[in-house]
Amino acid sequence: MTVVCDFEVLRPEQGVAALLPDGSQVAVFLTADGSLHALDNIDPFSGAAVLSRGIVGDRGGVPVVVSPVYKQAFELATGKCLDEPSVSIAVHQVRVRDGVVEVT
Amino acid sequence: MTRTLVVIGNGMVGHRLVDALSGSSWRIVVFGEESRPAYDRVALSSYVDTWSSADLELAPLSGAEIRLGEKAVSVDRERRIVVGASGVEVSYDALVLATGSVPFVPPVPGRDLPGCHVYRTIDDLDGIRATVEAADRPGRHSGMVLGGGLLGLEAANALRGMGVSPHVVELAPRLMPIQVDDGGAGLLKRLVEKLDLTVHTGTSASSIERDGSRLIAKLANGLELDLDVVVFSAGIRPRTDLDLGLELGPRGGYLVDAACRTSDPHVYAIGECASVEGMTYGLVAPGYAMAEVVADQLNGGTKVFPGADLSTKLKLLGVDVASFGDAHAQTEGALEVVVNNAVAGTYSKLVVSDDAKTLLGGVLVGDASAYPSLRPLVGKEVPAALLQPGGNAADLEMPADAQVCSCHAVTKQTITDAIQSGVACDVAELKACTKAGTGCGSCVPMLKKLLTDCGVEQSKALCEHFTYSRAELFEIVRATRITTFTALIEKHGSGRGCDICKPAVASILASLNNGHILGETQVSLQDTNDKFLANLQRNGTYSVVPRIPGGEITPEKLIVIGEVARDFGLYTKITGGQRIDLFGATVDQLPEIWRRLVDAGFESGHAYGKALRTVKSCVGTTWCRYGVQDSVGLAIELELRYRGLRSPHKLKSAVSGCARECAEARGKDFGVIATENGWNLYVAGNGGFTPRHADLLVSDVDTETLIKIIDRFLMFYIRTADRLQRTSAWLEGLDGGLEHLREVVVDDKLGICDELEAAMASHVSDYADEWRGVLEDPEKLARFTSFVNAPGTPDPTITFRAERGQRVPVQLGIPEVVR
Repeated sequence: MTVVCDFEVLRPEQGVAALLPDGSQVAVFLTADGSLHALDNIDPFSGAAVLSRGIVGDRGGVPVVVSPVYKQAFELATGKCLDEPSVSIAVHQVRVRDGVVEVT
Repeated sequence: MTRTLVVIGNGMVGHRLVDALSGSSWRIVVFGEESRPAYDRVALSSYVDTWSSADLELAPLSGAEIRLGEKAVSVDRERRIVVGASGVEVSYDALVLATGSVPFVPPVPGRDLPGCHVYRTIDDLDGIRATVEAADRPGRHSGMVLGGGLLGLEAANALRGMGVSPHVVELAPRLMPIQVDDGGAGLLKRLVEKLDLTVHTGTSASSIERDGSRLIAKLANGLELDLDVVVFSAGIRPRTDLDLGLELGPRGGYLVDAACRTSDPHVYAIGECASVEGMTYGLVAPGYAMAEVVADQLNGGTKVFPGADLSTKLKLLGVDVASFGDAHAQTEGALEVVVNNAVAGTYSKLVVSDDAKTLLGGVLVGDASAYPSLRPLVGKEVPAALLQPGGNAADLEMPADAQVCSCHAVTKQTITDAIQSGVACDVAELKACTKAGTGCGSCVPMLKKLLTDCGVEQSKALCEHFTYSRAELFEIVRATRITTFTALIEKHGSGRGCDICKPAVASILASLNNGHILGETQVSLQDTNDKFLANLQRNGTYSVVPRIPGGEITPEKLIVIGEVARDFGLYTKITGGQRIDLFGATVDQLPEIWRRLVDAGFESGHAYGKALRTVKSCVGTTWCRYGVQDSVGLAIELELRYRGLRSPHKLKSAVSGCARECAEARGKDFGVIATENGWNLYVAGNGGFTPRHADLLVSDVDTETLIKIIDRFLMFYIRTADRLQRTSAWLEGLDGGLEHLREVVVDDKLGICDELEAAMASHVSDYADEWRGVLEDPEKLARFTSFVNAPGTPDPTITFRAERGQRVPVQLGIPEVVR
């Protein structure tokens, strides 16, 4: 597990980006109901590492993050792209231990 | 073998014929006497708003050989040849005469004096303008319009637009004697006299004489008028000076049958020069119908001209006037139902049959909103409710064969078919597939109503989380003083919000001055551009644009920008808005870059926001030999006043120091052009996807008035526009259009101007630079980091290569050698 930050640094309905030891990037989101999600940070449509900067919300009740580049929505729980069903991004495990957020 | 059609006349009707034949096998040659392309003569009086003939031009047509400035001087019907003024000869298989009409000038002594004009062409208006400009009268100029009909009032309006006070002289006992009855004309006179017109009815001019630089007109009633200019607009006569040896109708005009064909089977006549079975028509709609008939005939069809409905609805000098059917109750036994409300300034008369069962016609003055519902009912049973006090025609059901768009002869059936088959779901699509609403536009409200009647819900809902439109949400936020998205969606929405409603609500909160846009409760609502106060580019980096008000910058500040760009390796480009864009900054670099810019006196340029961008300017009087006002000074004043103003979409502006318009102000949301006497304000212009020239809102105003009206205009737009709706689309969709806008923000018809001005005053006093706000707040600064677990580590996905001596992004996903 890689340390991301203290839990209290996170803000509801916002994301942060973390760097993994292999050089890849994870976007970690805290939603309004207090649950944590972690997805690949790279937006597959633009190739830019920006998903942590997307707007968090819901589509039909499903929690999503919307890419800030071309605005596709990705389901936070599964990484599935709701606008392009053939596309999905990797989901990472995320947990809070002793007030610290960690991802794999 | 290709057949050749020659059209003589390049007016609106000739143009329509060529359009209707596009795609056919005919080779088309058009002779046009005027040297300019076909233009909208119906809108002639609006020429004085801009003095740009391009604004009136009809859509250019391909596929026809149009000989501008080539008058057809003779026709040899034996050999089927048309001869042009230059000597050119064109032989034809079919010939269409569309020569239009000539103004009728009553035989008044002095009518040929310099300063006397007719009112028919753009050249005529240029001539009138030259006379007015040469007049040396101190104060307001004075003019006389001979003729108080539709055309006369149009001409009077054009004179007003040139700063002339017009006297309108009409022989009949009332204005618009053909369309309107005594009661309606009485109200019309009262309404137009409020607009600096003087109306003289029941009299005529008996002579015009020159006195120095003035013209003195003597009226038959003994009055003497001291004038600078005289305009004849006392009617038109079919133009038949091209003699083909063809029979003419009883009131002039080339005599044609119902197929618009003359006694020579190769020759047709259409529009005002045609006498269809003895009837001539001076309106454009019947002319268009004739053009369609001839196009059909030439393509082998059998269409005939069914006669025309002479109903009219127009706005003259801002006053609605409509007349339809038997407006003067000439049918035997006809009964009249009149409602004359002198206080409200409205007059309506319905003419019904002697048994009060059939609607025969009517007159509406002051408010013609019932016209689209009433006109199709002519000859049909009149709903009893209509004859009761308070009966509202706008609620009536229209028969299917009723004509909704009279410019393009589109029936209700055609429109409902297009809606019900799913071809058209909104007004724009209806316009595209049926042509309805693309002429005078007066039927657009009816198109909206038909869409609603057919069950097409024109949903105003912002997104799945709010059933309200942006304008409604704005009013909710303003009235309830809610300051957070969470409170708003809990009380007035559902779910958690999305990338549509969150930035829209953030923008509303910002427009209502709710503190820094990156404050604790607002930051999660912002799109990435607003969240990092910079513009996201394709590789995940951002660009930086410092504000350079009016495009004016000292060498010292220019050097600072250059140094910052050099030190951070930023790609540098001059923008279209007279400032400098620095590309390729990472989120970690943004605060460092801005610290240096803010220290040097720069502020955020809001290039990232739905907010005021720039106010461009030309150099104006300070340097330019032609400038008449200080355009740079005004541009800076406006940019500093409206900087940071959040709005439904971005706002652009420009100020030009003279009519040469070097700052391209008419392509802006609000543009200002200097005049000798002050400023002209143009609004709702746009470049972009759908370019639109801005419309003149007010002219010759001083700086104080100008700023007051811009304040009101911007605040009215911010309150009522949809999300991401630029001012141009907003004005196009505004019920009542430019006229309504003027009533609201200039005449203060709704009584809201004080409030709009106060809202702007509060914006101006509360303005603070957003970037300074970030640099002074450690919590906001902390968000500018690429990786929360490795601050300062550069994002490994961002790489650059060199191009023309600068750094540009390496295309992502495409391996490239990094230099």
